[in-house]
Amino acid sequence: MNRFGFTITKGRLIDYDANDHSLAEIVMEQEPSLALCIACGCCGATCTAGGHTGFSLRRINLSLKRGENDTLRQEIARCMLCGKCTMLCPMGVNTRNIILTVRNTLKVLDGYAY
Amino acid sequence: MRIELFILPFNIGLWFILVYCVARCIIWFRDLSRPDKLRLQRGFFGRAFVQSLREIFMESLLHRNIFRVNPVLGYMHMSLAFGWFLLIVFGTIEADIFGDSHLNPPHKAIFFRFYHPEPASGRVEIFFTFLMDLILAFILSGLLLAIIKRFRSKIAGLKKSARHTFTDRVALVSLWMIFPSRLLAESFTSAQYGSGGFLTGNLGAILVAIMPAQQMAIPFWWLYSISLGTFFILLPRTRYLHIPVELFLIFMRNSGIRTGDRSGTFSDVGIHSCSSCGICLNSCQMALSAGVTHMQPLYLHKEIRESREINGVAFNCLMCGRCEEICPVGLETTAIRMIQRREPLTGNDMLGIWKGFMRQAGATGNGKEIPANGFTDVSGTNGTSFSYLKKTPGRKSKVAFFAGCMTHLTPSVIRAMESIFREAGIDYTFIDREKGVCCGRPLMLAGQEKEARELINHNSFLIGESEARILVTPCPICYKVFSESYYSGLEVMHHSQYIDSLITSGRLRLKYTGRSVVWHDPCELGRGSGVYDEPRNVLRHIAQLCKSLEEKEMGLCCGGSLGNFKSGREVRRRITEDAAAILVSSGASTIATGCPLCKKTFTPASEIPVRDIAELVTDAFYTVSNASFVADLEPATMNIEK
Repeated sequence: MNRFGFTITKGRLIDYDANDHSLAEIVMEQEPSLALCIACGCCGATCTAGGHTGFSLRRINLSLKRGENDTLRQEIARCMLCGKCTMLCPMGVNTRNIILTVRNTLKVLDGYAY
Repeated sequence: MRIELFILPFNIGLWFILVYCVARCIIWFRDLSRPDKLRLQRGFFGRAFVQSLREIFMESLLHRNIFRVNPVLGYMHMSLAFGWFLLIVFGTIEADIFGDSHLNPPHKAIFFRFYHPEPASGRVEIFFTFLMDLILAFILSGLLLAIIKRFRSKIAGLKKSARHTFTDRVALVSLWMIFPSRLLAESFTSAQYGSGGFLTGNLGAILVAIMPAQQMAIPFWWLYSISLGTFFILLPRTRYLHIPVELFLIFMRNSGIRTGDRSGTFSDVGIHSCSSCGICLNSCQMALSAGVTHMQPLYLHKEIRESREINGVAFNCLMCGRCEEICPVGLETTAIRMIQRREPLTGNDMLGIWKGFMRQAGATGNGKEIPANGFTDVSGTNGTSFSYLKKTPGRKSKVAFFAGCMTHLTPSVIRAMESIFREAGIDYTFIDREKGVCCGRPLMLAGQEKEARELINHNSFLIGESEARILVTPCPICYKVFSESYYSGLEVMHHSQYIDSLITSGRLRLKYTGRSVVWHDPCELGRGSGVYDEPRNVLRHIAQLCKSLEEKEMGLCCGGSLGNFKSGREVRRRITEDAAAILVSSGASTIATGCPLCKKTFTPASEIPVRDIAELVTDAFYTVSNASFVADLEPATMNIEK
């Protein structure tokens, strides 16, 4: 690789093998409509919390599917569950249940901290 | 004195259930908080006790509330409960007067005909024999209805029948067996001695023609006793536990104890008082429209009683409160459900997740101990979830306007409200024009009280800084949380109430538009906050108000409810379509509502236009310049500060 002058920037590295996907599996099982997300960004555009921070459900979904649970842990608490994204989602993703499931599952995982 | 062996099952069952009930009540009493204990003690020597006796008679015996909902069902419950009660009371009196001695043990009264089979002598005794037969016939008529209802629930006017567990069914069969076996046992014994009333005597005379009375009597006395004993022994594990517990519940309620914020004794007593009658199931839109029949209060209570995992059940509810309105036991079903949502995850929930995904760690025992209370904070590094919110106070004014998240999705409502303020010449401050924050109600509905409190504190600061005396909101969800959970001291008004007050005080003059409208009661405004009349007053002022089939206390949920976290779009769509169809069937040309969420949910499902009450009011302005079509042209963000 180095011969071509390319290096991997650590910050941009997404290591699917190293990341923990158990959380995404739990959420996918409890809220299958997550699979419908087309990442259009309507949720982020209307988000109440997004008006104050960079919070967006689209980004939550992204880090959830990548298994970046540490980012998720930081971000997830910002949601106010107001439900505007559910109203606007063109695919009918039950967005609030994703947030709720992630929060509750993180509580369980952190409680165990294995 | 003859001691018969067959009284044993009955006596064992009776003493078991008596000891169980007393022990249970003592435990519940011990768990009560100190003020509640005092309330109960005061209630015992005060009016509450008399009130309770009256209520127990009207509800637990006569089942007046079920009568109101459904007379056939009411008769069925009344005949079994009141009939059995009369049978016990008059049986005891009969045994006391005509038995060998006074103050008999219970089995002497229950098996009176066995101990006293001789023909009645004297008018009083003949009357008692007649009375006991009459009561038995009364019970049997109800029992017949119950059996028919079990197999054909439509006859009793129920669209959906409750599913019961195996233990419940065994108890049900033993309950059904009690009275027919008593009838047959008494008939055979009467036939043997040529005694008995119009029912037992005649039936005995017929039966004796085909069967030997002497040999048949004892087996049926055994069956009678075994049915009673089985029923009593199974009682604590079945829904029939409501029979004794409901008495305690009524007394607690009359003493002033209410379903509290934390899972306390009262909600536990309430959960055990649920009779699984299925009336909530038959009022639930999730069941009627969408066919979701596993999350209604009766099933939630059952799952809690049997300490199963309830997460999926507790969060799968619109929280519309129709079941609470109709519950014959008067259980605060939404409050009980809220407590379950607020509970930290139980061991069962965690096991459920462990089983599926982390079997290894669980099996080797490497996992840490489950913390008994609370978990590590997940709300980020700062400790609070919403520390990113910046508190920038707005303009000061007498009237504060808080639109809420959902109203920002329906800008026409905001524009209509702004033109109403302008028309009435009211100076106001718009709390959340830009960068608004949620009111906190959705987080509360998710059981995340701590996070909700942060938002409440944030908004309280902004509202407090505005120095307003009146807070107006067009969103019932915000209205409910403002009036219940904000300690702001100012007057909170839903915009329909505010418009009504403007009309009454003469600040807003409106003309009659003549269009026909039907008012949709939003759940949080109607059942949630008890606001029914003000929006109707406003509408009567400007339009012809049509009546809907289901309105006021039994108003329908639009299906968009923020209370439900689990149901997806399909379930909601079916609820919305049914609710919209009922509103359209009123014959009105417009659906009026006072909730931006309802408006947004109904609009795609309704054949007729759905308008917010504020929009209809702007149509009724005398001055054309301020009417909504002009307001429509203005950008929503236009500042009207003078």
